[in-house]
Amino acid sequence: MEPFKKITAVGAPLLRINVDTDCIIPSREMKKVSKVGLGEGLFAGWRYRGTFGRAPDPDFILNDDRYRDAQILLSGVNFGCGSSREHAVWALVEYGFKAILAPSFGGIFYNNCTRNGLLPIILAEEDISLLADWITENPQENKLVIDLVRQTVSGPEVVAFYFDISPQDKDMLLNGFDMIDVTLQREDEITAFEQRDRRIWAKLGKTQLIS
Amino acid sequence: MSKAADCLLAVRNNMSSQTLFDKLWDSHVVSPLGDGVDLLYIDRIFLHERTGSIALKGLQEKSRALRHPENVFCTIDHIVDTLPGRGDETLMAGGKDFIQSTRASARDAGITFFDIGDARQGIVHVISPEQAIVLPGLTVICPDSHTCTQGAFGALAFGVGSTEAEHAMATGCLRLEKPKTLQILFEGKLSEGVTAKDMILYLIGKYSAAGGSGFGMEFCGDAVSALDMEARMTLCNMAVEFGAFTGMIAPDEKTIAYLEGRPYAPKGADWNRALCDWQDLESDEKANFDKKITIDAANIPPMITWGTSPGQAMALDGLVPDSSNASDPHVRQAAEKALAYMDIHPGRSLSGLAIDGAFIGSCTNSRLSDLRRAGEILKGRKVAEGVRAICVPGSSAVKRQAEAEGLDRVFTNAGFEWRESGCSMCFYAGGESFGFEQRVVTSTNRNFESRQGPRVRSHLASPETVAASAIMGHIASPKEIKDGTL
Repeated sequence: MEPFKKITAVGAPLLRINVDTDCIIPSREMKKVSKVGLGEGLFAGWRYRGTFGRAPDPDFILNDDRYRDAQILLSGVNFGCGSSREHAVWALVEYGFKAILAPSFGGIFYNNCTRNGLLPIILAEEDISLLADWITENPQENKLVIDLVRQTVSGPEVVAFYFDISPQDKDMLLNGFDMIDVTLQREDEITAFEQRDRRIWAKLGKTQLIS
Repeated sequence: MSKAADCLLAVRNNMSSQTLFDKLWDSHVVSPLGDGVDLLYIDRIFLHERTGSIALKGLQEKSRALRHPENVFCTIDHIVDTLPGRGDETLMAGGKDFIQSTRASARDAGITFFDIGDARQGIVHVISPEQAIVLPGLTVICPDSHTCTQGAFGALAFGVGSTEAEHAMATGCLRLEKPKTLQILFEGKLSEGVTAKDMILYLIGKYSAAGGSGFGMEFCGDAVSALDMEARMTLCNMAVEFGAFTGMIAPDEKTIAYLEGRPYAPKGADWNRALCDWQDLESDEKANFDKKITIDAANIPPMITWGTSPGQAMALDGLVPDSSNASDPHVRQAAEKALAYMDIHPGRSLSGLAIDGAFIGSCTNSRLSDLRRAGEILKGRKVAEGVRAICVPGSSAVKRQAEAEGLDRVFTNAGFEWRESGCSMCFYAGGESFGFEQRVVTSTNRNFESRQGPRVRSHLASPETVAASAIMGHIASPKEIKDGTL
């Protein structure tokens, strides 16, 4: 995956709570066994007029020209709740989003983000409101700067907000690691666990499943 | 826990103060990776054609081998049609591609596959317990958010994304930060006619759809112990709707009785050893939970949702709440949007509101006991004119058992469609749906906008309430029917 670099980009405030993954990518937009071709279906239910139409709904923020080229989404609590569908993240990434700011995230969605180079940033609701107000004044000018190394979100006119992220996720995002490769380096430990655990495995009947 | 097995160990450290969640987690830590992240061993992986197909394809594309294909299982449930005589062709355009791709990948990967037509086929979280693929003490994952359902067996079962499923298949492990622990204590006894579905809707309604965010939850208390295994699955099923990492219930005699003799349950001496091992699978008396919520079960009424988040729930006989004075502007705005979407009004009753559809099915409420309870209400009665009523058994086994006891005829005589098993219209994949702006009472788990079809208005409730509403033609309590008003 793409390493996350420091970005300076337009932010789009979609300040709703409980934005679920069905809204991010409706199931009807997941048409193939594929991780690509999903950007067009992003927020389809809100972004387009009519269920199957592709005529932009002018009331939806991403159709507002002032937010063109937005790479940062600002939202409310519990963003990405609901279905585990990773297609929600693939759609956001394909559309061009690099980071999502929200007071909290759906747990599965959060991990899906970090595994795909999309940075989920947890900030207090009032801080997000402050940033959103400032962006709204002039979205194309008032760009946010996200520095993952320093773990800050800032704009020229507002103070920098520090955000927490686990060292593992930070490392993964900064380096674009494929975590399967990283974990496979621990083959010895995994095998040792399996052997150590074999007594317990037998008790659980796992002997039926593993030779 | 049963003392039937002759357990030699049973030496418990009285000083121990671990929660069940801690025990399950800690016993699966391969290595601590630092900064609170553990490499956690995954015992069982379940897949389905919607999100598992892409995980298998991802492994194939990188020529990665599965570490233990014998621990990986796959079903067809999400996109497959539920109409009689179904095959690979689906009402959803392109659905065949998902089914056939999954079948081919499953064969290549050498995993156990429950295909269309297999007697064991069904919704993943219904068939995994039926086959005893989930067992107490195991870690179980699936790229499906409702994997928490299987926590009802005292397993650490949780949903993941497709990439994480690939990771687990390739390495046998996941890298995870340990969540905090939350005890949900349902004290006392449920009132008559109140079900596990009402318990979980009450919890989410009271503490919001993000109330369990960041927690591994254990459901405890007399009202939980009193539930049968199928009801416990309903309770755990919606842990994710509470925002939790997962939900779980300590195994007891009911758990053991349910599992004994099922296909993947340990047999003979292995079974006895398993029983000994499971004895310790409970939170210690002095266990330290990071947070506790106590609920008096007697206060829980039959519930229904009024909005577009499971947190927007209310008593079935109550009034739609007025959120116009909510202190949080986001909560207020969300309520306004939901009210407009659902075309309902604060301060009014939902009871009596005309419906277009009734749906009984999904990993939440599609098991035999759910169908029996709904059947009791439907017996000898007819679905109201103009209401499309559908019942989709959760598994092929549930369907067979229901038919053996004549439940199918109870449903069809009442005017319900009787389907093949699958997820069906719990969600709209692009094929079948309820009509535009139709109002549906549903035994499923999500009332999100357009979840069951474009602009469909979904009200989540127990199967009994769905059945009663189907008969009355409007949102109705089973009590209305049982009291003889009809």
